[in-house]
Amino acid sequence: MRVAGARRQTMVPMVLALLWVVALAAGAVGVVQRLMTGHELSGYTSTIPWGLWVAAYVYLIGLSAGAFLLSTLIYVFGVRRLEPVGKLALFTALVCLLAALLAIWMDLGHMGRFYEVYTRGNPRSMMAWMVWLYTAYSVLLVAELWFALRGDLLARSAQPGFRGRLAASLLGRFGEAFAPSRGTAGDPDYDATADLRVVRVLGAVGVPLAIAFHGGVGALFGVVGARGFWNAPLYPLMFLVGALVSGGGLLTFIVAFFWPERDGERHRDVVSLLGRITLGLLALYALMVWAEYSITLYAAIPASSRPLYQVLGGPYPWVFWVFQVLLGTLVPAVILLARPRSVGWVGTAAFLVAASFLATRLNIVIPGLVEPQLPGLDRAYIDSRLTYQYFPSVMEWLVLIFVAAVATGLFYAGFRGLPLVVGRKEVSS
Amino acid sequence: MATRTSRRRLLRGLAAGLPALAAGGALAQVGVLKAHEKPKSNPLPGDPGEWRGQFFQQALAERANGSAVETPVKPSELPGTAAVGQDAPSAAPRAAAALSEKADLVRMQEELRRALQKPVDQRKWTMVIDLRKCIGCSACTVACKAENHLPPGVVYRPVIEEETGTYPNVTRRFLPRPCMQCDDPPCVSVCPVGATSKRPDGIVVVDYNACIGCRYCITACPYGARYFDFGENYTDGTPRKEPYEEAPSPEYGREWKRDRGKSPVGNVRKCQFCLHRLNAGMLPACVTTCVGAATYFGDKNDPDSFVNELITSGRAIRLKEEMGTDPKVYYLV
Repeated sequence: MRVAGARRQTMVPMVLALLWVVALAAGAVGVVQRLMTGHELSGYTSTIPWGLWVAAYVYLIGLSAGAFLLSTLIYVFGVRRLEPVGKLALFTALVCLLAALLAIWMDLGHMGRFYEVYTRGNPRSMMAWMVWLYTAYSVLLVAELWFALRGDLLARSAQPGFRGRLAASLLGRFGEAFAPSRGTAGDPDYDATADLRVVRVLGAVGVPLAIAFHGGVGALFGVVGARGFWNAPLYPLMFLVGALVSGGGLLTFIVAFFWPERDGERHRDVVSLLGRITLGLLALYALMVWAEYSITLYAAIPASSRPLYQVLGGPYPWVFWVFQVLLGTLVPAVILLARPRSVGWVGTAAFLVAASFLATRLNIVIPGLVEPQLPGLDRAYIDSRLTYQYFPSVMEWLVLIFVAAVATGLFYAGFRGLPLVVGRKEVSS
Repeated sequence: MATRTSRRRLLRGLAAGLPALAAGGALAQVGVLKAHEKPKSNPLPGDPGEWRGQFFQQALAERANGSAVETPVKPSELPGTAAVGQDAPSAAPRAAAALSEKADLVRMQEELRRALQKPVDQRKWTMVIDLRKCIGCSACTVACKAENHLPPGVVYRPVIEEETGTYPNVTRRFLPRPCMQCDDPPCVSVCPVGATSKRPDGIVVVDYNACIGCRYCITACPYGARYFDFGENYTDGTPRKEPYEEAPSPEYGREWKRDRGKSPVGNVRKCQFCLHRLNAGMLPACVTTCVGAATYFGDKNDPDSFVNELITSGRAIRLKEEMGTDPKVYYLV
């Protein structure tokens, strides 16, 4: 019995590793196709110009903002019970941000010109503001994570082996020159208080920044007056709440299944609390979706209501009913209500929330584009690039798989190589 | 019917005139202009037919860039055009209508030239489309495709068709849809790098070398008038590209050779009222090609312009006025 259990313990990581390698290799094929043939193999069109990658970008950047805002509960608002997951939340936010940028970079018609948003950005464009804000956010995120990790890196840098060398190299000269405390590797008098103060200040700056940049993503859609479906003042708020739901779900899932000591009561408390936060946010988001859908459908103004009918009963209604409603809302809500103290169940529910949120993002991006801007425009000129039907092409899926594999690999590398889940004595209760 | 008969007359005249041209008589009369030679005559002589011929010579020579260009036949030499600028002869009304259409083109050409003599910020290029004259032939769509060398999926001027009623009482209506060249264009403000802008003369342009291909402007256009160049060709899947696909597009007065990864592939593209033709003194391709003579073009800032007459006729409407985009394309209904 014990042998079988041990075998299962070694088999599961092996299978997961194999899956990851296959995903990375298959994804790489898509990336090569994308780089070699440009956008020729894509499924989006001139009429539905944004597709899976834009939805994935919005989804991933929402995960990032959500994970970051949850980290501020700890570092800024002093929710000490969540203290052990603070660094993990920050790192998750960073990985999701990088994955989001990779996804949207692939979507650009001219990938080599991305820098123009910095050199000749248009201050009237929400997209330019979004880029500027998440650039600031990424700098802040790296700095905050560094200061949050510094104490543990100091402790680890004295250890032999790869992890010690990695910690020492991450500290580097920068650490000694700019750190507020004078602690160096192996210094027994190291005091984390000063570092924590910096983390608190950075986190406090990060709160409006994260709200601005992810609210900005909502505004990016909301300001498009030409698209009745998107043109809703509720969008920035919905995007923020959506970010918290999905980010909270992802964090809960990670804490539930990747925590080193998973059988302690403290772990159960943390997971349970995160599960309840996710449930509350899920209910709030469902309320907002109800507000948006019910009012739009009741008003029945075609520009806004027709796309909604496409969501509810168009060519792909299962994206809404199966993924967004059933797997993304109802099932996790029932689990979180019925098994609030079960780590496994809460983790599973949280995974469902986080993963299926991609469907929610797809249901925002695509329906806004499915209605012809002028009646009859869909029949004015027949061409495969002028159709109002969209389903992602194989290349699009492969690139998305690549982005997911890279993000998973980065996360795992950080999880193993960095002291993300080592509680510091100074702050752990 | 009237249009058809008059067109037949015109074609008969052309057929009669061409052999004479081939024999060299007409060529000797109007001369052959090399690209590097400038026309010697007065740019705006009294006879509009004459100056139009010379003007086309000059414009074609500029575009030919070094190659010899034969002058087109003087319009005044073509049967049926002698009355341009004069009172119509006492012929059948259908012939008068045909002459009127030609006179319209000549008048617009003259106004275009007049506008070009003004500073660019004092022009306001405007298009008027008479929906009662549009026959839905899509010649404008094809002419635009040919003029701008547009790839598959990029159609600057589709013609929307609408069929109402039930047999036998059926009506079809046609609505050509170029870019509206909005005075307050929503596509301009959303561009993250300012690659799309409104020129002083009101034409909304795209800087192909700056556009990053994010396609935000496509979502922001209320008229669906922007397109992404996916890099596809009509001959994809065949052994080689056809010469017409290799030829560069003359948009914005430059030569844009389509190649994978190079602009305009990967860019957003749109109608720009054939800016390169305007700068060469020519009307947009859709205007000169319009079979029903339903498309008018001119400078709205010119109080005597044809387009101003039409806009103030009481028949003019614009699409989606409620959006506040202030389009510069009017429809006569």
